[in-house]
Amino acid sequence: MPDDDAREDAHKNADTRVEEEDKENAPPPDDEVAAAVVERFPGTVFHRSHGQPVVYVDRAIWADLGGFLRDEQQFTQCIDVTAVDHLVDAARLSVPGVTPERFELVASFLSHPRNRRIRAICEVPAADPSVPSLTDAYPGANFGEREVYDLFGITFTGHPDLVRILMPDDWVGYPLRKDDAPARVPVTFKEDPRPR
Amino acid sequence: MSDTRDGTRDDSDARSHDEDDFVPDPRLTQQTDEGAQELQPTRDLVVTGGPWPEVEGEGDTMIINMGPQHPSTHGVLRVMLELDAETIVRAKPVVGYLHTGMEKTGEELTYVQGATNVTRMDYASPLSNELVFSMAVEQLLDVEVPPRATWIRMYLNELNRIASHLLWQATNGLDMGALSMIIYGWREREETLRLLEKITGLRMNNNYIRPGGVAAELPDGWQDDTLELCNLVEKGTAEYDELLTGNPIWQERLTGVGVITTEQALALSASGPILRSTGFPWDLRKSQPYLAYDEVDFDVVYTQNGDCYDRYRLRLQEILESVKIVRQCVEKTPPGDYRVQDRKVSPPPRARIDESMEALIHHFKLFTEGFKVPPGETYAAVESPRGEVGCYLVADGTGKPCRLHIRGPSFYNLQSMPPMMKDRLIADAVAVISTIDPIMGEVDR
Amino acid sequence: MGLEQVPYSFLTGRLEDLVKWARRNSVWPATFGLACCALELMAAGAAHYDLARYGMEVFRASPRQADRMIVAGRVSQKMGPVLRQVYDQMVEPKWVISMGVCASTGGMFNNYALVQGVDQIVPVDVYVPGCPPGPETLMQGILMLHDQIRSGEIMKRRAGTAHGGAGIQVEQRDGTRADSLATR
Repeated sequence: MPDDDAREDAHKNADTRVEEEDKENAPPPDDEVAAAVVERFPGTVFHRSHGQPVVYVDRAIWADLGGFLRDEQQFTQCIDVTAVDHLVDAARLSVPGVTPERFELVASFLSHPRNRRIRAICEVPAADPSVPSLTDAYPGANFGEREVYDLFGITFTGHPDLVRILMPDDWVGYPLRKDDAPARVPVTFKEDPRPR
Repeated sequence: MSDTRDGTRDDSDARSHDEDDFVPDPRLTQQTDEGAQELQPTRDLVVTGGPWPEVEGEGDTMIINMGPQHPSTHGVLRVMLELDAETIVRAKPVVGYLHTGMEKTGEELTYVQGATNVTRMDYASPLSNELVFSMAVEQLLDVEVPPRATWIRMYLNELNRIASHLLWQATNGLDMGALSMIIYGWREREETLRLLEKITGLRMNNNYIRPGGVAAELPDGWQDDTLELCNLVEKGTAEYDELLTGNPIWQERLTGVGVITTEQALALSASGPILRSTGFPWDLRKSQPYLAYDEVDFDVVYTQNGDCYDRYRLRLQEILESVKIVRQCVEKTPPGDYRVQDRKVSPPPRARIDESMEALIHHFKLFTEGFKVPPGETYAAVESPRGEVGCYLVADGTGKPCRLHIRGPSFYNLQSMPPMMKDRLIADAVAVISTIDPIMGEVDR
Repeated sequence: MGLEQVPYSFLTGRLEDLVKWARRNSVWPATFGLACCALELMAAGAAHYDLARYGMEVFRASPRQADRMIVAGRVSQKMGPVLRQVYDQMVEPKWVISMGVCASTGGMFNNYALVQGVDQIVPVDVYVPGCPPGPETLMQGILMLHDQIRSGEIMKRRAGTAHGGAGIQVEQRDGTRADSLATR
C-alpha cells in the first residue's frame, strides 16, 4: 500500500499531540461509576464515547479494576474482552491524558442490578504485551482472554489456561495483528484443462 | 439412531483418539484411492485443541473425545470429557473448527459491505448480527434511523427469532431422540423462511438490515402473509407443546439435567435463555430497550430451575412472545421512509439515478468506496435468540473499520457447559450441548 | 441351449450397468454439516423438500457407513485435517459434493483462516454454487452426481490430478504452509 508511510506518520503525530495535552484539563466524569473508578484509581481518564462511559486505565491495575467493579460497584458480568491493533490507523481517536500505544485492550462490564454498562480500555505497548488477567474476578472472561491471546498475542498473567482457542495449536503468528496474516489472499485461477 | 443418542458409540470418535494424546492412527491416512494418493499429508495429522493439565485419579478415569464431527454437536463443536465409568468428571469445550477470520475480513470490507460479512456469523439468526452492526455504525455516524425502518427491523428480528427457535426445537428433538420433531419444526420454519425470502430476497444470510435503515421496502401484502404465518406458528407451537411438554419420556430425559444456578451463569458471562432459565429475568429488549421495544407489549419469559427442561419450555414460550410482537408490528408499523434520506449514507432511489447526475455520483461513490466514518469507538448490544450479541466497532476515519468485533453470545455461553455437565451421565452431555444452543459460526467467527 | 427353452422371463444386461444402477440408487450421505449450508442441508432433508424422493436421505452418523460426503460449509485450517480423516474413513467407492462457495473456493472469506477450496484436501465430484445454496440447488447437485455415477466407469472413478483447487495457498507468518495436507 502506497500510503502506509503516511499512515505511520499520522500515527506518530497523534502520539506527540496527545502527550502535549495537560492531564489536568480532563473534564470531571459525569458518570457515577466512572467517578468512583477515577477516585479509586488515580490516573484513570474518563471519556464519554457516543454516550457510553469509558475509562482508560493503567494496565497494572487491570485485574484490580475487575475486582473493584465486581465487589464494590455491583458489576455482575464481564460481557466481553477484546483488543484493537492501532498499527496502521489513518486517524485515531485522541483522548486527552491517554498515551496511545499499539494495542488497546477493551473490556465491557454490565451491572444487572444497576442496569448500566461501563467499558474499560487499557493501552498495551507492543514491546511487552502482557496484562493481568480478569479471570479472578470474572471467570467468564476466560474465553475472551484466550481469544485475545490467540489473535493478538497479548498474554494474560494469572490466566488458568492460556492456550490458543480459535487457531490450530501449531499456528505461528497472531492473525488479527495488522502486520500478520493476510486479510485477503489474491484469487488465482487454475488452467482450463480442456483444449481451446 | 443409537449413534446420535450417545457420543461414545460413534466409532469415528472412538477410533481416532487414544486415551490422552490426540494423535490419530497413522494407518487411517493411508487407505486412499488413486486420486487421493497425490494428496498425502506431509506431517502427522494433529487434532488440536490444547491438552489437559493432567488427568486426575490415576487409572480410574478415561478421556473421551466427542466431535468435532459428531451429529449432535450442532456443527463442529468438540468436547473433551473425562469419565469415571459413565459419569462425567470434567468437560472441556474445544472450539475453533469453524474459525473463518470474519473479523479480519471485516477490516477489508467497507461499512456498506460489512453487513454481508457479519450476517454469516450467526447463521441461525443473521438479522440480529446485521442489526447490531448497523446500530454500531449509526452510533459512530450519529445517524437517526426513520421510525418505519426501526419497526421493520424489529419485525424482522422477531421473525428471525421465531425461525431460530423453531430450528432449535427441531434439532433439539432430533438430539433427544424425538425424531418427529425435526419434521414438525422444519415444517413451520420453512414457512417462516419463505416469508423472509419474500421480504429480503434470501432464505438465510439476508443482508437486509444495513447502516441507515433496511435494504428495501416491505413487499405488498406482507401484513396478510405475516398474520397467516402467525396463525401457523401458534398452531405448530401448540402441537409441540402437546407432543413434548407433558411427555413422560421427554420429562425424564430433560428434567434436572444440566442444572446451572444464577450465580454460576452470571459469573460465566452467560446471557439469553441460559440466564433466564435460572430465574433471572434479564432481557435487553426489556431492560435496555433498543429499536421500538418499549412501545410493544410482551413479557420476558423466565423459569426457575435452570435445567434442560426449563430451557426447552422457555424457548417454546419465547416463540409465542415473538409472535405477539410480530402481530403488533403488523398493526403499528408507521408509514414513512425505510432508510435514511441522507445521500452520504444510503443510496438514492433507483429512479433518481436515471435523471440526476448527483444521484448517480452518490450511488457510485457509495458502492465503490463507501462512506467515511469519523474516528471513534462504540459498543452496541441487542438480544439475539441466544443472548446478548454485541458489536465493538473502531473507526479510523476511512471507509473501512479499523476493528470489527462481534461478541457472540454462544461463545460465552459455551463456558457454562462444564458446570452443567459435571457429575452427570455421558448421555446427558448431548442434552446439555443441545440446550445451550451454540451456533458454531458465531462461536468461532 | 437356446434362451427360448428357459421357462421364465428375464432381461439381459451388462454387469457394469447393474452395478452403476445399484450404486446410483443407494448413495448414502455422511452428516458433515459445518456452517450455514448445513441448515439448508437439513432443510433439504426435511418434509418440504424431502430428499427421500430420490433415495438419498439416509444420513449416516458414522462415516464408515456412508459413501457420499457433502461438505456443507466453510472449512477452516483447523478443520482441514479432521475433514480428511473423516473422508479417509469412508468406504470406497465414495463421492464428495462441495456445497456452497466457501467450501468450493473460500468464497468471500479469502483470508488466512480458511482452506481456499476443499478440493485441496479431498477430491470433489460436484460443486454446488450459492451462499448458501437453496435446497433445490443442492438437489440438482445430487442429481448431477447420480448422473455421473450412471454414466461413469465403475473401476476407475477419477483421474489423479496433481492437486485440486485453484492452488491458492495460505501461508503462516514463518512462510510455511498452514494446511500441509494440500501439499503433494
